[in-house]
Amino acid sequence: MGRYALRRLLQAIPVFIGTTFLIWFLVWGLPGDPFAGRCGEKKCPEAYVTYMTEKFNLDEPLPVQYLMYLKNLITGNFGQTFNGTEIGELLAQAFPISMKLALVAVVAEALIGITAGVLTGLRRGSFIDNLVLVSTLVLIAVPIFVIGLVARYALGLSSVSPDAPFVELIIPGIILASGSMAYITRLTRVNLVENRRADYVRTAVAKGLTPSRVTGVHLLRNSMIPVVTWLGLDLGALMGGAIVTEGIFNIRGIGGLLFGAINRRESGVVVSIVAILVLVYLVVNLLVDLLYGVLDPRIRYE
Amino acid sequence: MRGITPWKVAVGLTAVALAAAGCSSADPVEPEKKDGSFIISWGEPQNPLIPAGTSETQGGVVIDALFTGLTQYAPKDAKTEMANAESITSADNGKTWTVKLKSGWKWHDGTPVVAKNYVDAWNYAAYSPNGLINGSFFADIAGFDQVHTEDPDGEEGPKTAPKPATDKLSGLKVVDDTTFEVTLAGPSNLWPIKVGYAAFMPLPDAFFADPAKFGQAPIGNGPFKLSKWTKNTELVVTRYDDYQGADKAKVKDVIFRVYTDDAAAYEDVKNGTIDFQQQVPSAKLVGNQYKSDFGDRASNKPISVSAFIAMPTWLPGYNDPNIRKAISMAIDRQLVIDKIFNGTRIPMNGWVNPNMSGYKADVCGAACKFDAAAAKALWDAAPVKPKELSLAYNGDASHKDWVDAVCGSISQALGTECKGKPFPTFGEFRTLVVGEKMTGMSRAGWQADYPSIENWLNPLLRTDASSNDGKFSDKAFDDKLKEADGTADLAAAEKLYQEAEAMLPNLMPTIPLWHSSQQTVWSEKLDNVVINTFGELDLVSVTVK
Repeated sequence: MGRYALRRLLQAIPVFIGTTFLIWFLVWGLPGDPFAGRCGEKKCPEAYVTYMTEKFNLDEPLPVQYLMYLKNLITGNFGQTFNGTEIGELLAQAFPISMKLALVAVVAEALIGITAGVLTGLRRGSFIDNLVLVSTLVLIAVPIFVIGLVARYALGLSSVSPDAPFVELIIPGIILASGSMAYITRLTRVNLVENRRADYVRTAVAKGLTPSRVTGVHLLRNSMIPVVTWLGLDLGALMGGAIVTEGIFNIRGIGGLLFGAINRRESGVVVSIVAILVLVYLVVNLLVDLLYGVLDPRIRYE
Repeated sequence: MRGITPWKVAVGLTAVALAAAGCSSADPVEPEKKDGSFIISWGEPQNPLIPAGTSETQGGVVIDALFTGLTQYAPKDAKTEMANAESITSADNGKTWTVKLKSGWKWHDGTPVVAKNYVDAWNYAAYSPNGLINGSFFADIAGFDQVHTEDPDGEEGPKTAPKPATDKLSGLKVVDDTTFEVTLAGPSNLWPIKVGYAAFMPLPDAFFADPAKFGQAPIGNGPFKLSKWTKNTELVVTRYDDYQGADKAKVKDVIFRVYTDDAAAYEDVKNGTIDFQQQVPSAKLVGNQYKSDFGDRASNKPISVSAFIAMPTWLPGYNDPNIRKAISMAIDRQLVIDKIFNGTRIPMNGWVNPNMSGYKADVCGAACKFDAAAAKALWDAAPVKPKELSLAYNGDASHKDWVDAVCGSISQALGTECKGKPFPTFGEFRTLVVGEKMTGMSRAGWQADYPSIENWLNPLLRTDASSNDGKFSDKAFDDKLKEADGTADLAAAEKLYQEAEAMLPNLMPTIPLWHSSQQTVWSEKLDNVVINTFGELDLVSVTVK
């Protein structure tokens, strides 16, 4: 397994370089001078534009700029925003908050989703099954900003404080998790229903094992593989994709940072966030793949 | 008597004693000092917090709290008053100015504020290789062309701007610690008004040691000092107790909290999590919802921001003033304002914002009033029509609705189709406008730097002025402006500027549309709220309950 992990990590290098290169080109290659729109309704003074263009190496060809950026990145230097803030400082500020939010969301969707999935999977066709089915349908159908806005304004909640304590993140986390929660419920249910008919479950029951052991150990463990995949990918997605929820509750995380950076054409921030998100995805993907082996001993890695 | 322990009695007695003391010490001279803090909805500034390097509002409001310049504008009526300067006088009708500073002023790091701090700061800002946004504000000081060079073949050309001959403005001379002399390139009586703008703030010696570090942790001389700045989250300023100015702050801390979504900020002011929002989101303007939500804790005030349409005067058709007049008369401004802006704009009838000193109402007259028949007649009589009747705008802000409405109004009145033309980003839009690449009209806006009629004519309409988007040029108008610039007496100069503005209805260089008003809300915690001419909360006079 060690060699497998190593190989995967090595494979991650070209993926990382390729994705950041693409993003770099897309973001910095946008038409229009990034400094032209920075002086309100006025024309930006030439001296300012020249100074900034030189400071951010924008007078070099794009590939050279990219190599310069990559060189700095390897030494842990993300560069600066146009207002002189270290991008590293921004990321260090925002990432823990987004991670907290993502963690709350993943725990919420795992707990609620799997529980609901098991309940409905074991009692197929019952009233509770139908009720959960309909509610998941609603959750999937209603966009997250609707749920968020309704929750915030109908309940009269206030924004999360700047340091984002866990307690205040519970409701935003559950809202953020709502869509995935529904998917997890259904995934768990479908897999349970399918695996209940499997031979090994019949054997376990015939051996005289208690129903809780049959469900808890034999049935659930085998049904978890797609759910774990989903959860893992979701953790990655939640860290970068919580723009809407973070905006509604003014959580100072990565989503808001990314959104603001795109609006202000802070391309350096955009590229850095995406670079880190790529890393997060790569690591999470690897972890998920390794977890398969733990859940199902038949899966081995060479 | 159970329950009354000695310490409770003591507390009670102390309370009575304190109350009595409070009554007896109610000195009418000493105003009641209220501490406490409050939170303002804010956005991350776009530039380092250096006065001459900041031109947008988010950075500007913090700069205003941290720095005090020679003069400042009264929050209520924008009249210029002395701040750090004891006096600014000129013996030769506005060519050389002698500035005397008030003594005893200190920077937040304890060093004294001296004349050198002003001269150094202005030299640094004007020196073009330093690349500060407001560098051009020093253009009327003698020797500016020696410290500020332009790119000989424009931004696109291969050449770069040559290194300036010197980094010191020849027009600035330190006389002693509290006196310095400024020689202007030409006489200007507006100069004491101009120096109230943020670009003219002084800088302490600490700045020159490390400008980059200073931009992240500025040291000022104003009523507040920076106490903490957590990037992308919040910035805290604290009252500077050694502040010598008359405008001492009443509250202890002001917290600027970053919001990505202004709907979230609005909701937070409503439930009291934060205390102030400068502009309510447009959704809350519908049916004046903000008024029913906040009652008397809301204000609706005209601000020094106006919208125009820039005309490509280099194109056939558009170079005819009568065509421009016809388009202006074809726009039903009031209808667009009512339907699109919920009445939050005020129709313009002139080229100057009403908050300015020197403003005159109804300068434009009939040429800026909706009259479809007259517009059509003018249009039909014109020998050459524009090839393309279009109105360009940047699609990354909410311009589409009003542009389409204005174009609809023009199409209907003139019987020729006018099209709204979006460009994805403001940056791209500006690049095209500045490069004379527009094939039709384009939207334009202006915000006053200092409250004077001059600021609405010279930078916008003079030949080759920095923000003359339409490349408008008229010799007689230029001469009139020049005459006004050179007039010593402020009142007489203002009159000349008004005369220059009176020439514009026949020339129609740009089409005035409307000026903005700002809808502001605050929480129950704030008292004595004053919104200044620039639409900002006056931080020094506000108190908390």
